[in-house]
Amino acid sequence: MSAENNVLLEVKNLKMYFPIKRGVFQRRVGDVKAVDDLSFFIRRGETFGLVGESGSGKTTVGRCILQLYRPTGGSVVFEGKDLTQMKGSQLRAMRREMQMIFQDPYASLNPRMTVGSIVGEPLEVHGIARGKQKRERVQELLKVVGLNPYFVNRYPHEFSGGQRQRIGVARALALNPSLIVADEPISALDVSIQAQIINMLEDLQSELGLTYLFIAHDLSVVRHISDRIAVMYLGKIFEIADKDELYRNPLQPYTQSLLSAVPIPDPVVEETRKRIILVGDLPSPANPPIGCNFVTRCPVKMDVCEGQEPEFKEVSTDHWVACWRVN
Amino acid sequence: MALLEVTDLTTRFYTDDGIVQAVNGVSWHLDEGETLAIVGESGCGKSVSVLSILRLIPQPPGKIEAGQVMFEGRDLMKLSDDEMRSIRGNKMAMVFQDPMTSLNPVLTINQQISEALTLHMGMNKKEARERTVELLKLVQIPQAEDRLDDYPHQFSGGMRQRAMIAMALSCNPQILVADEPTTALDVTIQAQIIELVKQLRDEIGMAIIWITHDLGIVAGIADRVVVMYAGFIIESADVKELYADPRHPYTVGLLGSVPRLDMKKKEKLTPIFGLPPDLIDLPTGCPFAPRCDHRVERCSEHPELRTVAPRHEVACWVDISKERKQ
Repeated sequence: MSAENNVLLEVKNLKMYFPIKRGVFQRRVGDVKAVDDLSFFIRRGETFGLVGESGSGKTTVGRCILQLYRPTGGSVVFEGKDLTQMKGSQLRAMRREMQMIFQDPYASLNPRMTVGSIVGEPLEVHGIARGKQKRERVQELLKVVGLNPYFVNRYPHEFSGGQRQRIGVARALALNPSLIVADEPISALDVSIQAQIINMLEDLQSELGLTYLFIAHDLSVVRHISDRIAVMYLGKIFEIADKDELYRNPLQPYTQSLLSAVPIPDPVVEETRKRIILVGDLPSPANPPIGCNFVTRCPVKMDVCEGQEPEFKEVSTDHWVACWRVN
Repeated sequence: MALLEVTDLTTRFYTDDGIVQAVNGVSWHLDEGETLAIVGESGCGKSVSVLSILRLIPQPPGKIEAGQVMFEGRDLMKLSDDEMRSIRGNKMAMVFQDPMTSLNPVLTINQQISEALTLHMGMNKKEARERTVELLKLVQIPQAEDRLDDYPHQFSGGMRQRAMIAMALSCNPQILVADEPTTALDVTIQAQIIELVKQLRDEIGMAIIWITHDLGIVAGIADRVVVMYAGFIIESADVKELYADPRHPYTVGLLGSVPRLDMKKKEKLTPIFGLPPDLIDLPTGCPFAPRCDHRVERCSEHPELRTVAPRHEVACWVDISKERKQ
């Protein structure tokens, strides 16, 4: 997709199919195409936002990048090396460079481990620090995420949701990664705490030069934090553009309806806003429509949309779209 | 005259850890045909206050300690359980956050909606079935006749919430209570449901109490807003007034915490620092004082709601709009 040399991560034709098995012999009768042939790249130091509704496959993309799922097809090239070809210790060494922040701060921290051992575990696993050195590094990390370093001996249940998410961020930062995959990191938190975490992620990025893949369903948050945004629907990317370009000039009908569906906290603006209300629900990824995946709900579909899938093309610099109306 | 008038409602929960002061003497009213939004973060008492009005608080551990709720000339707190049951689901109906757990998985959609019709409207099974089809059509469920005998698991999340709304509307309620009805749904489905409720409100003319934490939804649907914090009402005003001239530092903080999709240029969010107070151990003064940038000495006393503009009340000792102008 791009030969630029400041690309940190390039995903090419990524596919992740989960088999559907039936009967006594567990015969494979079909596939859930959670991620179906998508390509994008992330530049060093940028925040790449991935938005989509539930079931669109955005979380699967994040997991495929970290090789938590082994993709069915395609490649994930990180720092020039294809992760899908790596195994064992080689892959483990690469994982130092990429870490994840999870959605649910209640489920993603082991309740029987102290904060010190949670944040320090990556250091030990990768043989980076032990004993006193580890302890100092953990305390330093807690300070970085705005927690009191004396919390090391406490357990997760002693903390609020926002504080737990900070612990999760400290754990992700422990190995000095260059890429952080943040999967809905704020959607389980209250509004006033969300803003604290967003600001912290932004500050950490400028201090440490991190690259983020920010996965979320809330387009207002994604527009706020991202440099470029990809819109996903039913395993496909429909549109990628710079955040302002995507807001001002959305080309794909799904992007347009998604933008119009997001409520804006201003009654004067809301009064005059026109919404594109989509009919129906997301189709099943086990049985996607023929042609364009959006054809069942698209308000402006044409005949060609039902037969053939539109190609994903760059229509202007850095603005990629898959839609027959545009191509 | 107000359709529903709540005065001094106080609800506590007696737990092993102590007494949770969930709702602390709140008073508000709902006018006929009005949409009132109750806004706040988790644990602010917005759901508990409304559940108390419907007398749906589990007792024990909960207890409605004080308060009066006037509806049609009667105090709901003084009614017998049977009398209350004839109001609930009939004149006041409710839609909950999670449509999967609030529908009974072993009964068909028809059975669940018909139940209210036979119970409150005295219909027989056949009449109830016909009315159920009408209701499902009203909430725009495609092929309503065919979907009638489906079970909840055969419906998608958006359709389940539509079925819940159909059930709530079945007895032509005067008041619809919606407790975060779109929080579990995707944005495009959320937009569908909000549009549907607005349409039905204008057709049927019912009053709505909409509980939410989402200031975007409030801006689109409410006439008037009540903001709650730690079991207290800290501000209430007409929706445009509240967004244009918020007078409580907490309301200002909430508005500054949400990014806007239509922002012109990127501005840093201004979050509220710290955490909400523990409801078992509330501070004696203003509950927001420990997190407040405008704190003064007087904040160690509890501020009562005072009127600052027509239909605009705030519980704060400081006049922040004056500070803003300086």
